[in-house]
Amino acid sequence: MSLLKPILLVEDDFVDASTAKQALQDLRVRNPVIHKTDGEEALEYLRDQNNDKPAMILLDLNMPRISGIELLQIMKTDAELQHIPVVALTVSKYEQDKLDTFDLGVAGYVIKAVDYDAFLRAMDIIIQYWACNGLVEKGRETNNARL
Amino acid sequence: MRDCRPILLLEDDTVDAMTVKRALKDLNVLNQLVRVTNGEEALVYLKDDSKEKPCVILLDLNMPKMNGIEFLKVAKADEKLKRIPAIVLTTSKDDQDRLKTFQLSIAGFVVKPVDYVKFVEAMRIVNLYWTLSELPNSEQESTNEKLQANTAGGR
Repeated sequence: MSLLKPILLVEDDFVDASTAKQALQDLRVRNPVIHKTDGEEALEYLRDQNNDKPAMILLDLNMPRISGIELLQIMKTDAELQHIPVVALTVSKYEQDKLDTFDLGVAGYVIKAVDYDAFLRAMDIIIQYWACNGLVEKGRETNNARL
Repeated sequence: MRDCRPILLLEDDTVDAMTVKRALKDLNVLNQLVRVTNGEEALVYLKDDSKEKPCVILLDLNMPKMNGIEFLKVAKADEKLKRIPAIVLTTSKDDQDRLKTFQLSIAGFVVKPVDYVKFVEAMRIVNLYWTLSELPNSEQESTNEKLQANTAGGR
């Protein structure tokens, strides 16, 4: 049994989700990772009282059914969910998406690198920051030459 | 930081403010550091259109006149200010402070290490993260503001 709260990954693209999970594993993140494929599934998970509320959410923006921005809108009006930090992880470089997510209180907006090494470096910074916030834990030092 | 707008620091303690300034200098962070000593002064600065809006806000919680939580309540309800990421920098390990400030959509809660070397390391990570992350342009209208402007124009 782990006492660490999970990281919730909300991503509709199967390849992108696998890449993100691989990076979290390579970075030896000790929090369990829960993957949901769109905003609606994520909301179901978040509202189920049997589930641990996540330590943080990594959120894609362009998704079917409920998009990332719509999920943020819903979360920020829900007293049970509004405290969970959300980091947008997206390919969208639109200024409007940045403004709208920051207006909705996003706690970071990271544009996904296509190259895995660059993506891993970005994820490492994200994980170090949220570890510094006391929400995420990394395992022992890796000898990962890639970093 | 990702861009060269100033960093706004809310810190009533002069020694703590100097430590932040020194750490940013040691990390070669070039952004100007604007320091105010409480939430009220911060709002005066943020509402003055002759002053450049900061790229991020670093704030202490325990301050006289208007404390960090009171400041966040006002700033996060203001259409023009709410998008600026606010990071709590505090010695408070109080879980209630953490919950209340995260409910107000802060973008980080960093417990200040007492040791200077560790503090610089924490600030290094904060700076790396806010160099990686995109930052919102404070002048542009959000979709919400555009909608409101359109509705007002139609009347």
